Amino acid sequence: MVRCFLIHTVCPVSALSSGESRVLYSRVFGPDEGAWSDPDRGLSPEERRLLQKEKITVVARQVRSAVSLSREASGRLLVETVSGEEALALQEADGGVARLRAGDPFSEEMSALWLAVQSLGFTLVCEPHENLLLAEGTLRNLTRHCLETLHMLGPGSEVLLRSNRVDALLSRLLPHGQLLFLNHRFAQSLEKEVAAYLAK
Amino acid sequence: MYAHSSESLIKQAREIQESELQKFHSRLGKLLQGKELGHEAVDSLQRLHIILSATKYTRTLPPELHKRVKALLSSPAEQFQVLSSAVLRETLPPSGQELNYNQDNFLQLNSHAAALLLSQAGSRADLSSLCAQLLRSLESRQSEGPANSLTHTLPILNTILTHSPDCLTEDHVTLLSKKLVDWLRYASITQGGGVPSGGFFTGPRSRQPVPTAELDGTVSGDFFTVLCVGQGFTEDQWMNVYSFSMLRHWLLTYHSVSNGNNTADTANRLQLSLSLSHSHSFSHDDRSEVDGSVVSMVSATSSSSRLLPPKERLREKAFQYCQRLIEQSDRKAHKRTDTDLQKACLVEAVCILDCVCGEDASLVYRTFPCIKALFGRLSSDLSFARVLLPIAQFYLNHGEMAAVDCECVWKLVFGRFPAELFNNQFLAHELLRFLRLNLESLQLRVPQYSHSFPNLLKFLAWDSPAVVDDFVDLLPSLVTAGTAVELLHTLLDLPCLSATLVLQVRSTCLPISEPGGRGLLSLDAFRSQSFRGLFLFLLRGEAGSGDTIDRLSTLHELLAETADWSRVVQCAQTVPVLLHIFFNTVIAVADEKLLAHLVQVMLERSSLLLNIPKYNKEIHRVFSSHLLRLCKLHPSLVVDQSHELLEFAGATAKVYSKEEIYTHVVWVLGEYLSVSCDSRCSVKLITSCFETLEAVLFEITSSAPPPGADCPVPRVVTSLMSALAKLASRSHDLIPRVSLFLSKLRTVTRGGPVAWCSDEEDLVAIVTRGEELWSLLKAPGVAQSVLTPPALVTSPQWHRDTNVAMLLRLRALTNLTHSQ
Repeated sequence: MVRCFLIHTVCPVSALSSGESRVLYSRVFGPDEGAWSDPDRGLSPEERRLLQKEKITVVARQVRSAVSLSREASGRLLVETVSGEEALALQEADGGVARLRAGDPFSEEMSALWLAVQSLGFTLVCEPHENLLLAEGTLRNLTRHCLETLHMLGPGSEVLLRSNRVDALLSRLLPHGQLLFLNHRFAQSLEKEVAAYLAK
Repeated sequence: MYAHSSESLIKQAREIQESELQKFHSRLGKLLQGKELGHEAVDSLQRLHIILSATKYTRTLPPELHKRVKALLSSPAEQFQVLSSAVLRETLPPSGQELNYNQDNFLQLNSHAAALLLSQAGSRADLSSLCAQLLRSLESRQSEGPANSLTHTLPILNTILTHSPDCLTEDHVTLLSKKLVDWLRYASITQGGGVPSGGFFTGPRSRQPVPTAELDGTVSGDFFTVLCVGQGFTEDQWMNVYSFSMLRHWLLTYHSVSNGNNTADTANRLQLSLSLSHSHSFSHDDRSEVDGSVVSMVSATSSSSRLLPPKERLREKAFQYCQRLIEQSDRKAHKRTDTDLQKACLVEAVCILDCVCGEDASLVYRTFPCIKALFGRLSSDLSFARVLLPIAQFYLNHGEMAAVDCECVWKLVFGRFPAELFNNQFLAHELLRFLRLNLESLQLRVPQYSHSFPNLLKFLAWDSPAVVDDFVDLLPSLVTAGTAVELLHTLLDLPCLSATLVLQVRSTCLPISEPGGRGLLSLDAFRSQSFRGLFLFLLRGEAGSGDTIDRLSTLHELLAETADWSRVVQCAQTVPVLLHIFFNTVIAVADEKLLAHLVQVMLERSSLLLNIPKYNKEIHRVFSSHLLRLCKLHPSLVVDQSHELLEFAGATAKVYSKEEIYTHVVWVLGEYLSVSCDSRCSVKLITSCFETLEAVLFEITSSAPPPGADCPVPRVVTSLMSALAKLASRSHDLIPRVSLFLSKLRTVTRGGPVAWCSDEEDLVAIVTRGEELWSLLKAPGVAQSVLTPPALVTSPQWHRDTNVAMLLRLRALTNLTHSQ
């Protein structure tokens, strides 16, 4: 299962210290593991939500550092693409997978797959026994859709203002965190549904 | 791409004033009261979402508003379902409005409302009732709801399983097993209700059922799977996709623990599966004759497998599904995404087969031929490397039982993959994970594991930040007495390996001669014949051909320009950590001879490292701390290696360039070169050591440092003085020489500043130490017990010491008798 999907910055943000990442969109799937992982701790619901938000921030930060180290090592120059060049942006994107140790921040070990398109990162946190080939394909597909429907290559803050579109997309392609084995026909059918939703 | 406007939106959302927020809430509340909800309502709800999610502290909604938003969960317009679910997930219900998990209207639950219920479930009981309700809806097969109403049930159940598998009762598990069997194996094989192309003349007669097709266009000849395509899909075909997507997790959760099978049980199962395999192979032969024909083949096993209980039946169907997927993956798909899907399906199929074979060992004999054939098909194609890893896992788990030779598999995993695919991050991650999870098994069954570190370390040399964590876990298993020295050399030269790999990749990408003649020196060296051997040694795949090369310094010179390449620098930063792990592990497995050899290597290599800024210093620091530790554990090492240590200590140049490790070498000589540590220590040895150190001390305190070097660090001077004093205390005829030197030192420094010490305070400290030692040496007996204390003193055993014990006993008795 996928635990969460994030869209966050991987470039320096003036309001934050270097190395920190601004989370623009986050969706955690399934029940909150904090609810009964440690019943003696007796966390209130507010505290649980706070804990979850903190965990998301930790993941974003780790991916941010993985992205910057990877970009530094490969030495490739970032190519600025504009609206309309989504396919090119995706092709030029850096991708990788980071290991999140048990306890840091989730109670079990996780794998964080990431795709960095210029200044934004798209991260999928999966349980390690998950089919990472499938996850990689799903992440690419999700990223492509996000780039297109939210016009992310242009200026503007559509990610925040149109987060319901990402929600709708996830509910079809990654329902409740379930990775799906979709051949091109099934995928087309779901994408038609998403397009119908976006048209409203 | 990331806009300033996003930042200001977030700031506004966080800093919104209470009064403004209340106004916004009431305006939204009024909006939601209206009959027709339009764009304004959507925008306002979206803004509410931003306000709630922008801060990590929880904001609550006023109860009225909360109620209105909750009502939107069952709105006919999906946009409001999505938004209300998103908003409610970011806040907490006001008291009295908590979600009731025992309601009966879950049958009408849409996916977004279900997401809310999942995220706010507070206890196992909540999840259990959610499960029960979902399964009830599955059972009753509500066909009135929208076509998707069933499809989200399986993902929800799957996510609940992840967190709390015991939410499903035995009955639920049985029910779901039966359903899964139906969907996986008996989904319709005709194309679903696509929209007819229209026109007056299309009537029911012209719409004949068209069978589904394979990915290469041929008509499907067997049951429906995720690799079948059609113009449209029926509901059970969708459920086929959802079922397969969760199948592995289901099997891992409910099937992996064998529930105390007795021999009779096993025998029955064996008999049944043998008869099944017979009939299965019959259908196999049959199908090979009519490959790709239109006739739909129902597997001949279906009749006999109905005798099995639901769990076992699911296992059998899963087995068949996976075999079919493996066959289907051999077809040439038309689309690139489908080819990728075929690979993913292969991985999943092999993993599921591994799982079911683990549960029922008799399946191994039916499965292995298929897996072997798959391996044969894919092993020469590196683009299938990630598929071959689950196959390797299968071989590891079941190869022994099936008495299959796994040599070719390990050659790939430990040979070709690291050597040729070191720059594939995903493969690196999965391969290293495979090693971590199967460490014990691999060390047992794969004899070449401990010799494969030159290849495995290529992953680290290429992409250190991503995999260093894995190597922290794996390195201890690679440290064996036989390969320790070679491993140490390899670790020290990891940055060189990093540079070499970059050169190797560039060499294949760049043309032979760069236009303009601006070639890299290192690249030319890499390509030239005369230096080939050096690079080939670094790129070797196995340990055992030699600890290191003679021309290491040449190699370092050739690679000098690579010292600022980011990959090399990143790699260099991970080496100290790995060295610590290496030394911590090697102490447990090494005998004294090996430790002595390691000390030699440390001394040698301290001046033979790739010249990366800070790298040398860091390595010296690691060496120093471990030299100390080794000598403390085995003091006789010092006498054993006295020749090498003296050679090191006698080189004055080292005072200026390697003062950290020099200081430590001097210290261990002073501390452990004594008869009490090793009976082989002779007066002659002590004297020769004394003379060596004395010469160095004279040299550095009598003249200015050589041009280009700083003054010697005060600690070096004091260490030398202390070491000389210690040695003198063991051989008293040396005392006059030390005393003479120390008094001369005092005289010289009284005369003003000296060329070899720039700081006044440092000089004072040095002289003070000198005076302390001088006065100590005036009483040789005292000097001896202070500077060469017997072991008893340094490891107190108060109550066991006959001299001290009596005192303690008397004191204890006194306290007892004098207590209140």
